[in-house]
Amino acid sequence: MNKTIGKPINRVDGRLKVTGEAKYSGEIPLENIAYGVIITSTIARGRIKHINTSVAEKSPGVIGIITHLDAPKLYARPNFGHEGAAGEKLAPLQNSTIYYSGQAIGVAIADTLERATYAASLVKVDYVVETPLTEMGKERDRAYPIEKFVEFTVEFALGDADAEFAKAEVKIEATYTTPTEHHNPMEPHATAAVWEGENLTVYDSTQYIFGMREGLAKMLGIPHANVRVLCKFIGGSFGCKYGLWAHTPLAAIAARQFRRPVKIVLTREQMFGLVGHRSETEQQIKLGATPEGRLTALIHQGISQTSIFDEFVETFTTTSRTMYAVPNLRTAQSVVPLNKGTPTIMRAPGESVGTFALESAMDELAWALKLDPIELRLRNYAEVHPARQVPWSSKSLKECYALAAEKFGWSRRTPEPGSMRDDRYLIGMGMASACFPMEHFPASAIARIFADGSVVVQSGSQEIGTGTATVMAQLTADMLGVPVEKVRFEFGDTELARSPGTVGSGTAASVGTAVHGAAKAVRAKVVALAQKDPNSPLYGVPEPDIETSQERIFVKNNSAKGETYQAVLARHNLEYIDANFDAKPEEEEEFAKCSFGAHFVEVRVDPELGEVRLTRVVGAFAAGRILNEKTARSQISGATIMGIGMALHEETITDPHTGRIVNDNLAEYHLPVNADIPPIDIYFIDEVDTHVNPIGVKGAGEVGITGIIAAIANAIYHATGKRIRDLPITPDKLL
Amino acid sequence: MVNSDNLNLLLKVNGTQHTLQIDPRVTLLDALREKIGLTGTKKGCDRGQCGACTVLVDGRRINSCLTLAVMYQETEITTIEELAKGDELHPMQAAFIKHDGFQCGYCTPGQIMSAVGLLAEGCPSDDAEIKECMSGNICRCSAYPGIVAAIQEVRQMQPNL
Ligand code: FES
Ligand code: FES
Repeated sequence: MNKTIGKPINRVDGRLKVTGEAKYSGEIPLENIAYGVIITSTIARGRIKHINTSVAEKSPGVIGIITHLDAPKLYARPNFGHEGAAGEKLAPLQNSTIYYSGQAIGVAIADTLERATYAASLVKVDYVVETPLTEMGKERDRAYPIEKFVEFTVEFALGDADAEFAKAEVKIEATYTTPTEHHNPMEPHATAAVWEGENLTVYDSTQYIFGMREGLAKMLGIPHANVRVLCKFIGGSFGCKYGLWAHTPLAAIAARQFRRPVKIVLTREQMFGLVGHRSETEQQIKLGATPEGRLTALIHQGISQTSIFDEFVETFTTTSRTMYAVPNLRTAQSVVPLNKGTPTIMRAPGESVGTFALESAMDELAWALKLDPIELRLRNYAEVHPARQVPWSSKSLKECYALAAEKFGWSRRTPEPGSMRDDRYLIGMGMASACFPMEHFPASAIARIFADGSVVVQSGSQEIGTGTATVMAQLTADMLGVPVEKVRFEFGDTELARSPGTVGSGTAASVGTAVHGAAKAVRAKVVALAQKDPNSPLYGVPEPDIETSQERIFVKNNSAKGETYQAVLARHNLEYIDANFDAKPEEEEEFAKCSFGAHFVEVRVDPELGEVRLTRVVGAFAAGRILNEKTARSQISGATIMGIGMALHEETITDPHTGRIVNDNLAEYHLPVNADIPPIDIYFIDEVDTHVNPIGVKGAGEVGITGIIAAIANAIYHATGKRIRDLPITPDKLL
Repeated sequence: MVNSDNLNLLLKVNGTQHTLQIDPRVTLLDALREKIGLTGTKKGCDRGQCGACTVLVDGRRINSCLTLAVMYQETEITTIEELAKGDELHPMQAAFIKHDGFQCGYCTPGQIMSAVGLLAEGCPSDDAEIKECMSGNICRCSAYPGIVAAIQEVRQMQPNL
């Protein structure tokens, strides 16, 4: 039977999604459900002087209003990077202090959504208003340096980058800025909390069910064994559904207090305040090089925003420590606390905006040297990890450059800016490298073969649209030699085997290794039963001589000599046979592990209007083994499009005086729409990586957003001769 | 004081009459999702800005979040739940699966209803125009290329082009 790994097979959950049968967290039918609507602060700094709920409480259908005056004790959780972390270190409704606009200050519960919404609007709040700190640039004096953020290095030095930069013959020194951005998954965060005695079940749109369970239990002060978290379908997340935010504990306390299930679904506006964002950044890059184009020094430093009460770092210097062979390297970052919410991880946190800066600077250096941008990159190709000086587990970046350049037709490009035209439009071609580190987390799985030959494989995990359910079924099917349709992957429930959050492009590698291990273990169990059984055709046949295919186990090259799984189970009177597997990442410190790629884009710029249209995008990527070409391509293509949004459209605008977000809706926060998107051709370089994990996977969820942004900026420079170092590149900046 | 006394209302959804007693403030979207239990139609913004809530009313696509349920008596409302006939998917649903026109699936019912509505309106043949006609439906997973490919495939299957 044909193996499915690598093939572009359809998603196993496609049918449920296209028919509307897939139930997302806010859609689980629950008896006697009440609706909660969160009340949020309209000031960014100060405190609540009075909060009056008396009118709201008398409004029809209202079950109750909870504010800081009467909320039960909730225990604050540390933010990001700890087990059971919250998005912010601020338990909701515990006191009257306001740190940012859009902070939760109460929740109205009623028997219908309309009545809860109306009641929330009737709550009157008087504030003591203080002047909020809202502008990162103006508050830079408050910046403090970061050595390390969780396990991520931030401050780093190799050689003497400053001295070498000072004496470099060719220098680039530039500052790049990127704005606040919001994830805006299409599904608003939803949670429904149900208590049965001391036990709490939450249906929550989360990227990390086990983290949610841990965090929620600790915040409520109850044992985590009393909490069950389920998430069967999730309508996108991109980072903002990773941590625990206010709505989940609020639903839990309301459900407990009013003794009925409570559901809270955020409004789109609330998603601009309650659930994190990507911090704005200001990044300085200094490149020193020889006239031949060899880098002698690289310095990458700058600032990002954090909240008043938390430390979160947009780690934008990572790629500068990874990408080029440079003997003198220094990175440093500081954060500026502002009266804004705590930023959080958003697709390729750090790498996306950091790669924009680094790869723009490399383009500037290429121009300064009159070198082809690909040639400059090849002259500085890192054969080993530059900061750690260890070899790569695999790296096919050169092949990515070559393949993407050829498919794109890079050779047709004339180097001079403004030299390519189509009628009145300026045409530009740009490229950039892409890179994302491979993450591997501990994960467990159970695989079970039933007497009827069907297979179930389970691991807590989540399916955020990346194709997890599909590739897990494929891994199991191939290992057992059964068709994918016979395998069901069960996930999204803390009653199942423990698994990590869906982050860091690490799910295919982490959960995949566990699933692969469990499938292998259950296969071995069946084989062992057969080998020891005189009634089996495989009696005494050594394991290496046994193969699986067509739902059977048989002797290699002699498929007649064998039997079905069903036959083995039936003879042993087994309803099912199963095995579990705990996969732990190997601490193979001797290798550096990254997915790489290259993006090439063509833009068409209207010189009179400053309008930029992309005409085509070509990318080539090497991400280890590709488990499913269809879903992997969608990952890279989707990330590319999100990068197009970052390059050209997306920006959260805060009123500097009030600290309120002025474009907190999808009409004014511009996400890419279908008409913005040109043809996107994605190619994969086959890579066999035996060092990363038994399945050879490096991860493809985020690498696709890293290179595209600079590639667009570089193409715009090529078209117009204007170097825009401030995202997004809107028409006003080109006029 | 806002009057939220319930009204009696007859809504015909996917050929079935539903008698509802609802608050006049209930949007068509919330009536479908919260009152009738047809959760296939999604809420992404509740402001007419994303298209996740697209349904057909008398064959025309509309944003069901931007309108009140009470305005739709005596109309034929069609939602995503109506497209497949038993096990047999609507060609647009099948094409979305084939071309991977979705990832998380949350915008998908809206995209598919919008695409079906577009075909009924007279679908342009050009990719660029299809993209324009589908730009009221945001997909943050950004499955746009697959969505256009799916629509093209179904358009070309139609007999009288
Ligand atoms: S939910 Fe109706 S347009 Fe967004
Ligand atoms: S499939 Fe996730 S938003 Fe479109």
